[in-house]
Amino acid sequence: MYKYLDELEAKSIYIIREAYNRVDPMCMLWSIGKDSTALLWLVRKAFLGRVPFPLVLLDTGMEMQEVYDFRDNLIKEWDLNCINHMCPPEEDMDQTLPPATRSAMRKTEGLKSLLREHNFKGVIAGIRRDEQGLRAKERVFSPRTIDGNWDFKDQPPEFWDQYKTEFPEGAHLRIHPILHWTELDIWRYTQRENIPCCELYFARKDKKTGKMMRYRSLGEKNITFPVESPASNIEEIIHELETTNTSERAGRSMDKETEDSFERLRAAGYM
Amino acid sequence: MSAEPAIKIVKQDKAKRKQSTGKQQLRVVIVGHVDHGKSTLIGRLLYDTDSLPEGKVEEIEAICKRRGTDVVEWSFVLDAFQAERDQAVTIDSTQIWFSTDNRDYVIIDAPGHREFLKNMISGAAAADAAILVVDGAEGVQEQTRRHAYLLHLLGLQQIAVVINKMDLVNHDTEAFENVSREVREYLGSIGVTPRFIIPISARNGDMIASRGESMGWYSGKTLIEVLDSFENAALPVSRPLRFPVQDVYRFQGKRIIVGRVESGILRKGDRLMFSPGNEEATVTSLEVWPEDDDKVEARPGEAIGITLDQRLFVERGHIGSHTKNPPMLSNVFRASIFWLSQKPLKVGNSYKIRFGSHEAMVTVQSIDKVIDTQDLADQSDKSEVKRNTVAEVTLRARDLLPIDPYSDNERLGRIVMYQGYDIAGGGVISMEGYADQRRRKAPKSENIHKVEHLLNHDVRAKRAGHRGGVFWFTGLSGSGKSTLAMAVEKALFEKGFSTYVLDGDNIRHGLNRDLGFSPKDRSENIRRIGHVAALMADAGLIVLSAFISPYRADRRRARAAAGEKYNELYLAADLDICEKRDPKGLYKKARAGEIKDFTGIDSPYEKPENPEMIIDTARQDVETCVEQIVAYIERQVALGDLSDDGKDKEQVLDYVV
Repeated sequence: MYKYLDELEAKSIYIIREAYNRVDPMCMLWSIGKDSTALLWLVRKAFLGRVPFPLVLLDTGMEMQEVYDFRDNLIKEWDLNCINHMCPPEEDMDQTLPPATRSAMRKTEGLKSLLREHNFKGVIAGIRRDEQGLRAKERVFSPRTIDGNWDFKDQPPEFWDQYKTEFPEGAHLRIHPILHWTELDIWRYTQRENIPCCELYFARKDKKTGKMMRYRSLGEKNITFPVESPASNIEEIIHELETTNTSERAGRSMDKETEDSFERLRAAGYM
Repeated sequence: MSAEPAIKIVKQDKAKRKQSTGKQQLRVVIVGHVDHGKSTLIGRLLYDTDSLPEGKVEEIEAICKRRGTDVVEWSFVLDAFQAERDQAVTIDSTQIWFSTDNRDYVIIDAPGHREFLKNMISGAAAADAAILVVDGAEGVQEQTRRHAYLLHLLGLQQIAVVINKMDLVNHDTEAFENVSREVREYLGSIGVTPRFIIPISARNGDMIASRGESMGWYSGKTLIEVLDSFENAALPVSRPLRFPVQDVYRFQGKRIIVGRVESGILRKGDRLMFSPGNEEATVTSLEVWPEDDDKVEARPGEAIGITLDQRLFVERGHIGSHTKNPPMLSNVFRASIFWLSQKPLKVGNSYKIRFGSHEAMVTVQSIDKVIDTQDLADQSDKSEVKRNTVAEVTLRARDLLPIDPYSDNERLGRIVMYQGYDIAGGGVISMEGYADQRRRKAPKSENIHKVEHLLNHDVRAKRAGHRGGVFWFTGLSGSGKSTLAMAVEKALFEKGFSTYVLDGDNIRHGLNRDLGFSPKDRSENIRRIGHVAALMADAGLIVLSAFISPYRADRRRARAAAGEKYNELYLAADLDICEKRDPKGLYKKARAGEIKDFTGIDSPYEKPENPEMIIDTARQDVETCVEQIVAYIERQVALGDLSDDGKDKEQVLDYVV
């Protein structure tokens, strides 16, 4: 089924193994969403069932309960080593930012304190080019300054699967093994490989309105909203995506607050 | 800005949006001179194929209004960065997905600004096909030539040229013909034949998805029809196998060599050779997860793991092949390169290069050509290659590299060059004028014949009064190899035997002066000693060799060289005891990290599985050990019946602890 996924999968495995060989110590951000869970599956493929580096949840305490439950089950079932890293409180954020962007900034700051604490040289993240215009500009091995800043105007060249993996002391690398996948690819792969995913992605009847609603993208309680959709299983989600024109992050308010909210977040070190 | 009226946006029926086909994608790079309309073309392609997300068209309209223009700027679709909108140029390569009825596409937008060449290469290097955008009014410009030349250097074969902004030249057929001729002439001069030249108007959407009404004189394909006619690159299955080693994992006692098959097919049971070490072994399994016993072959592109039937020195960078068609070995090669670094490439400078997973240092021996992409003239100044230029250079490495020229293998025949931490350039390898040096490394020439001696070993043995033999002492550092070998030599000599000790230092000072302590060099060190010992034994000497020789595979080769004259003596003393003895203070240094790859500490020792003799040097004193060994050797080298093979298996058992 979907033979083309083999090519995407092989490319991701190659990148993951390359990162593991070149970057040490390293961790992987696991947001518990569909992308990073599919990525986790690819990591297990790369290391023949193992996960040879820690997983990290940047926890704001604001994830939905279903997300926490899903995480706890999978940690048990797959015997995972997961660091639950608490992000600094919202009061500490730049108060000039709009509320949802401010909330996302907590994760950015959480990531910085994680790096300080564990001295990680590399962070694997499950972002994709098709999610957002800015992410489309990303490199597979993407350098960050010591403050986590991203210099998108002067990125290193990257071609022929040869990556820039060495950096001066203090900088760190973001590694993006599923950059070349699309939302639809992820769902087709999740279906094909039978990868577990959080129940929030499937449509449920909203008690107030009676409408069928589901989350297309998972984020914190206060800044992520379900969209109207009848898709209540993976097959229906795939069918929906094959025909929709609505963007994936439609339920994410931080992307819309101002024209450049997301850009400001990314430049400051957001995923 | 054109004087064209604002485009009317017709609302599309949502149900019409193309479904992603689930087939293999075609990656298309769009290049061309700045302001020739690349981003506009992409915006238009997305719009015409109904690939824009809901609300995007309205969003763009709103942005255009805010910026005080009624004309829809399709390029805003891509310009996700605030900074870009302000500068009105595309900063980085961007990837965008769309689908036609036939196929899924990824468009890679490459910027036209000169200083952003590295981004253009980052984009174009990943493409299956290219669209070269040329302004119908301006014609071929500097970037048009440069980009076309780079497409050629990057090996792109499927190129479509679009002559854009036909609306600005009144859709004139003559204007189209003139620019077409100009493009054809330049491309022809670099050996590129464009598959299609299409007149378009990206702004109005003519000849992109639909033909429009303005250019009835053109009877060729629209751009979408052209794209649909392009093909994905065929997998190089019929090329010789190349399996560059990416890493070696040790999981649950298994040693798994991981990598990606770059060409050919790798099958379970295949005999593989790893270059440049040239060691061979057989593939015993293909390792994937979840486990799959039916997985018996891997094709180009697959990232897999394998296990071998022997423990070879295989490490990241080695290239696995079949024994028949290995890569060439050479320490010198030519490359056509593009240079991206601020600091020019200079003759005599050294750079790190990578191809596949192989990394090496090379020195620029000469700059043979510096090419001006404008007129393709060879520049007279050949002392350096400046940023954003292309050149032909000769590179020399210290060691032999496993090389495939680009003409034989597109994936491994290209190098990336590093300067400090940064990727500074790249290029494709040519071996023109240079020979494969593999023979020098492993003379398999049919012109070398073993010379038959007129004297045989028996005659020599009779004269000496004893046979020759190799007595191979192996064990950890501090297990007593040198001490015992020297004492045994003295004892044998005093008894009238001709004997000689081969020890680390006396060999490394002379014969093996060129070898270091990398796994590869260590292996070569032992290989040479094995052969020297065999020759000396054949000459009638009792050779005592005292080397850690930690790997079974190396000892197996030494045994193969000396044949039945080989005897393995395992000095059994465990690490604790050896480390306590530490006669040369080496363990201390290894523990402190001053010595790397020290056997027993951070490098393995593989105990002999079936040694001729095991000596317990932990519990016995030196005298007892010497007595045992001398007694054993005397029996092995005794003349006895010269037709007998001489090995005394029953006696050996006495010494097995």
